[in-house]
Amino acid sequence: MAAPRSRADDELRPRLKREHALELLRQMLRIRRLEEKCAELYSAAKIRGFLHLYIGEEAVAAGAMQALEADDAIVATYREHGHALVRGIPAEKIMAELYGKQEGCSRGRGGSMHLFDAATRFYGGNAIVGGGLPVAIGLALADKLQRRARVTACFFGEGAVAEGEFHESMNLAALWKLPVLFCCENNLYAMGTALKRSESEIDLCLKATSYEMPAWPVDGMDVAMCEAAARRAALAVRSGEGPCFLEFRTYRFRAHSMYDPQLYRTKAEVEEWKKRDPIETFEARLKEQGLLNDAEVTAIEAAVADEIAKAVEFAEAGTWEPVESLTRFVYSDRTQP
Amino acid sequence: MSAQAKTVRMTYREAMRQAMRDALRRDPRVFLMGEDVGRYGGCFAVSKGLLEEFGPARIRDTPLSESAFVGAGIGAAMGGMRPIVEIMTVNFSLLALDQIVNNAAAILFMSGGQFNVPLVIRMTTGAGRQLAAQHSHSLEGWYAHIPGIKVLAPATLEDARGMLWTALEDPDPVLIFEHGSLYNMEGELAADAGAVDIDKAVLRRSGSDVSLITYGGTLGKTLAAAEELAGAGISAEVVDLRTLRPLDTATILDSVTRTHRAVIVDEGWRSGSIAAEISARIMEGAFYELDAPVARVCTAEAPMPYAKHLEDAALPQAPAIVECVRAMVGNRG
Repeated sequence: MAAPRSRADDELRPRLKREHALELLRQMLRIRRLEEKCAELYSAAKIRGFLHLYIGEEAVAAGAMQALEADDAIVATYREHGHALVRGIPAEKIMAELYGKQEGCSRGRGGSMHLFDAATRFYGGNAIVGGGLPVAIGLALADKLQRRARVTACFFGEGAVAEGEFHESMNLAALWKLPVLFCCENNLYAMGTALKRSESEIDLCLKATSYEMPAWPVDGMDVAMCEAAARRAALAVRSGEGPCFLEFRTYRFRAHSMYDPQLYRTKAEVEEWKKRDPIETFEARLKEQGLLNDAEVTAIEAAVADEIAKAVEFAEAGTWEPVESLTRFVYSDRTQP
Repeated sequence: MSAQAKTVRMTYREAMRQAMRDALRRDPRVFLMGEDVGRYGGCFAVSKGLLEEFGPARIRDTPLSESAFVGAGIGAAMGGMRPIVEIMTVNFSLLALDQIVNNAAAILFMSGGQFNVPLVIRMTTGAGRQLAAQHSHSLEGWYAHIPGIKVLAPATLEDARGMLWTALEDPDPVLIFEHGSLYNMEGELAADAGAVDIDKAVLRRSGSDVSLITYGGTLGKTLAAAEELAGAGISAEVVDLRTLRPLDTATILDSVTRTHRAVIVDEGWRSGSIAAEISARIMEGAFYELDAPVARVCTAEAPMPYAKHLEDAALPQAPAIVECVRAMVGNRG
């Protein structure tokens, strides 16, 4: 299933400035290493509940997030550690959240699936497949009504396209020309159900174009392509042309969650995709182009390792919210908005 | 101030419309969206004329996509607007349950207090118009089960006129249930009627023998029953809950403590109903005050039938309330 790399890809791929290329690599490594640590901490029972890892898909969040401005909004799914991290939620607040500590970005109320952050306009971690799309169009509607040239980026998996909320939202966004950037992360499996086993039409861009929405597929294993596509789409969305749809073709290397024995796909398929590891291939390409050397990789890895070690330290040192405040935030503390 | 306050004669529908017009004029962040709220003038004509006055950006006709436009209301509310989302009937709101329960009610809590959702959702509820089993149910009691939202049931012109603004000022999601049979109810409303509180039950009639506890579409029937009971020498107090979540338990217990008997009249089905919740709270808070077991007059446990005689039989009616109270108090006539 992996699309073969072609010469055309190389020509299309934007030329990256060295510093920016290193930044993209750094962001992908932050996600990868954070999540590897998460898996370890899950086994150590420090993190509980559901834990959905993004490993293999890092290029999408690391690339797409580059197209967003500080006052843009993000709506993501329950597989959102990477998006949160690249968006700027500090690793320590994410880790504390996974620990369930009140220093976490959602005070320990949300956990892995519900990372929220007002400072970066990160509207969650939505764990109902398709449930974030209507919220995203509402955020975009507010911007349109208030004449703000902002973008709302809405991330969701390909499994969401089977939901009614996907179609309702695509239609409404296109009908009202709302500034939404729909980012479909097609990792080919909705938990264990392959796209071809659940959809009569597996060309996801066709679904978007049927709503008169510009749509194009993106190599989701190539961070530079992800960024370029997102920038192009975000520009159109921001200029008031209405929503865009991007299908990032990617692959999840790990199980759906920590409970998944992966009976629905072969090891060979996973291994085949791992050859296109977004970090390894990007690293190799940069070295080939003379933009990166081993010492720099070592330095980035060391800085990332340090960041994650500090995040774990912060989470370990975090405190539990007193049980007495359990029902706080069911309703707002204040009585007036 | 003149001894006789000036009043205007109007319907519940007009009071609701006046409330929306007032809100749209007062706050540029307010807008209305829903199916047929604009060109059509509202399925029940509540928003008639608003499109002409406020334009299509603020009076937004939506596709038949309950989940998308309710979710859009949630997003718009978090984005700084004050949306009023209209859903044609409570039965249709089931298509938006994901957004109402998983998002509107939960986001403030899930986000550790970072994102509140100042959204108002209005919808029609209740039976009595021969609309059968998919347009007639009373599911407000269901919604009242859910922490994170507030549930209002205006039963009077004052509340139809006054609850909306207070709901819009609330930082959290508020659902307003308008009983379909009330829209044509006509009466006198103070010319300067405005916002009312949304957290207190009120006595619509004082009495000493029994507390009749009700809300919304059954308030009229309950008051009629109380009147008939008065003729039979039974003094019934009528409590209008007004808000089903949060419930004003204090007013309920205070009334029962004085009358020592309680009948709950609820157009929802009996099992797992708001009537059951009120009954439980009376047991918890005023058990030793009771002279008789708490009784309930609810809708028959069946989907709503179309045929008039069957629908009438399914719903709580004044004679059934009277009969229930007489059995409890004993005949005094």
